[in-house]
Amino acid sequence: MRVGIPRSLLYYKYLPFWKTFLTELGLEVETSPLTNKKILSAGVKVAENELCVPVKAFYGHCMALRDKKVDALFVPRVVSVEERAYTCPKFLGLPDMIAAVARQLELPPLLTPKLNQREKPGEFKFQLINFARDEFGLGRLDAIAALESARLAQRQYDESLVNGMKPVDMLPASRLNQTRSRPPKEKRKRIGLLGHPYNIYDGYITQNLVARLEEMGAELTVPEMTDHHVLMKEATDVPKELYWTYEKEIMGAINHWTRNDMVDGVIYVLAFACGPDSLIQVLIEHRARMHNVPLMSLTIDEHSGEAGLITRIEAFIDMLMRKKKNSVAVA
Amino acid sequence: MKITTPHMGHLHYMLEDLFRRLDVEYVKPPPSTTRTLQIGAKHSPEFACLPLKINIGNFIEGLEAGADTLIMAGGHGPCRFGYYGIVEERILRDLGYDFKFIMLEPFIDGKRAFYKTFEMLSPGLSIRGLWKVLKLSFAKGRAFDWLYKRSLQIRAYEVNRGDTGRAIKQAEEILTLAHTAAEIEEASAEAMRIIEAVVQDPGRRVMKIGIVGEFYLLLEPFSNFGLEEILGHMDAYLERSVWVTDWIAPKRDNKIYGYPKKLVEEKAAPYLNHNVGGEGRETIGGIVMFAERGFDGVIQLLPFGCMPENIATSIIPRVQQTHDIPVLTLAFDEQTGRAGMVTRVEAFTDLLAARRKSRLAIA
Repeated sequence: MRVGIPRSLLYYKYLPFWKTFLTELGLEVETSPLTNKKILSAGVKVAENELCVPVKAFYGHCMALRDKKVDALFVPRVVSVEERAYTCPKFLGLPDMIAAVARQLELPPLLTPKLNQREKPGEFKFQLINFARDEFGLGRLDAIAALESARLAQRQYDESLVNGMKPVDMLPASRLNQTRSRPPKEKRKRIGLLGHPYNIYDGYITQNLVARLEEMGAELTVPEMTDHHVLMKEATDVPKELYWTYEKEIMGAINHWTRNDMVDGVIYVLAFACGPDSLIQVLIEHRARMHNVPLMSLTIDEHSGEAGLITRIEAFIDMLMRKKKNSVAVA
Repeated sequence: MKITTPHMGHLHYMLEDLFRRLDVEYVKPPPSTTRTLQIGAKHSPEFACLPLKINIGNFIEGLEAGADTLIMAGGHGPCRFGYYGIVEERILRDLGYDFKFIMLEPFIDGKRAFYKTFEMLSPGLSIRGLWKVLKLSFAKGRAFDWLYKRSLQIRAYEVNRGDTGRAIKQAEEILTLAHTAAEIEEASAEAMRIIEAVVQDPGRRVMKIGIVGEFYLLLEPFSNFGLEEILGHMDAYLERSVWVTDWIAPKRDNKIYGYPKKLVEEKAAPYLNHNVGGEGRETIGGIVMFAERGFDGVIQLLPFGCMPENIATSIIPRVQQTHDIPVLTLAFDEQTGRAGMVTRVEAFTDLLAARRKSRLAIA
């Protein structure tokens, strides 16, 4: 059986885990191509207008997999990945949203294991064992073995991220987002690139932002480079603990960077109509202001143009260069 | 200490009552106006949802009216509402206001913290005392909800346009004055008598429309341009899925709405089988139930970009198809105009009328 994993949303976080797990269960795994114009416009056409652009792209990726004639689509319901927190409401409802258009779009059947460890950490293991049993009639031991390999694959991936690799370096080859030439090291600016991996590393949605920044002379720091536990600890430096894990990572990252003076400037990428980001944006901008770190919020949607983006990031980097020069001159 | 809170429908009646009983000075923020929305939208993040923007406006106007302590409700997600308070406090502090900020976390998230919050407001308050006060204010809130629920139905039949509105005003005054449990009960009965006394035309052919969606938009007439009154004047008999006291009550048996949360969730299960925060699941379940009960149509209200409701909106086409019921989705933000909304609602009711006619013709 061939199972399709849409190259969108949590793909950028958990692909190694899911791919290994499904392969070990004896399935053939297929991923959709990189986001392109066709995929995104197909998604925009069927998705509800007010959704954020990555979710719209997700619809398109499901359709691309349908065209690849997979036997099933893997659309897990990732409710929570840690205690006392959720992911994002949209991930909670994603399988239902896709199911609602499945007949109209003639999508293959959906595989929707529910992963929820809001109440009990580690619970997802049992949920996946049950999933393997219910969907494929596999025994407990087979599922546990698959889980173990999946966990190792994910750990390797996460460790490489902490060591400075970016998801784009490790996930199946990408024509987009590849840096061609960079200014010499001493001329680079340390820029923190903040935002959800599924926006930042989707070369089509954010117009090759990663590569562009590096070519313009940015030495990028991203949240994934910091150990997850450090991020979670830093994220508690807010008046009330956030209940969205991925926003906690973002909040933790900016707290960590500003506390330890790790960046000269921050670019915060957020998708238009992203609910959680619309709120923490206030806290993030405040934090940057308090620590005197220049911050640019970059809102993206399916209409974002390339020229506008380039102008803005160029202006931002120029501003950082000048700022450094001035402070040297004053000193 | 002068307390203020944001507006949400007739919640202020309950709060006024509650703070009077607790002997705390309550500054009711001025009624929401275009100015409220304008200053709120100006200082809020661009795509934060509409309730937050109106909240900010209410708080600013409350502070201008002399309040020095702000109270905001909390929660634990996944909807944005639970984090509103923190962001609102930050925005207001960045604007230079000086105030004390209190976040009231829901009762089910910690009884002790809930009590402590009230003890801070009214020192010396015992747990038993708090419980007694809450019970009375809650009973009053219930009386208001029963009144409004009935008014949504009666307005469709009123002979003289506006009678229902006048009756509500009169009943509200009586309810506001009630103090003891016996008085509240009596006032509630009196309020119902007043609303039932509206001259009605029982033979009128009315349209039955269900209203579902996000709670703030449903509860706060300012945010939806008084949609219920507009519909009532178009001879629409309304039922609504969200009520203030249903929402506050720790046990979600939805006394006012009439259908317990559990049942609504069961109805939603074939389409949306998981909590997505806010009222997303209740919206889907509500549409199914209105369809089963033979309503002519359903209107869904939501703030632009509301995550749970957007999930529901994505699923509604499938529900509509299966249950053969028209659903109109109206999203609101600070740019929404009244005229545009009225036009859409009119077109929708025309459609419902035409649909009914063609059905009768076939039968």
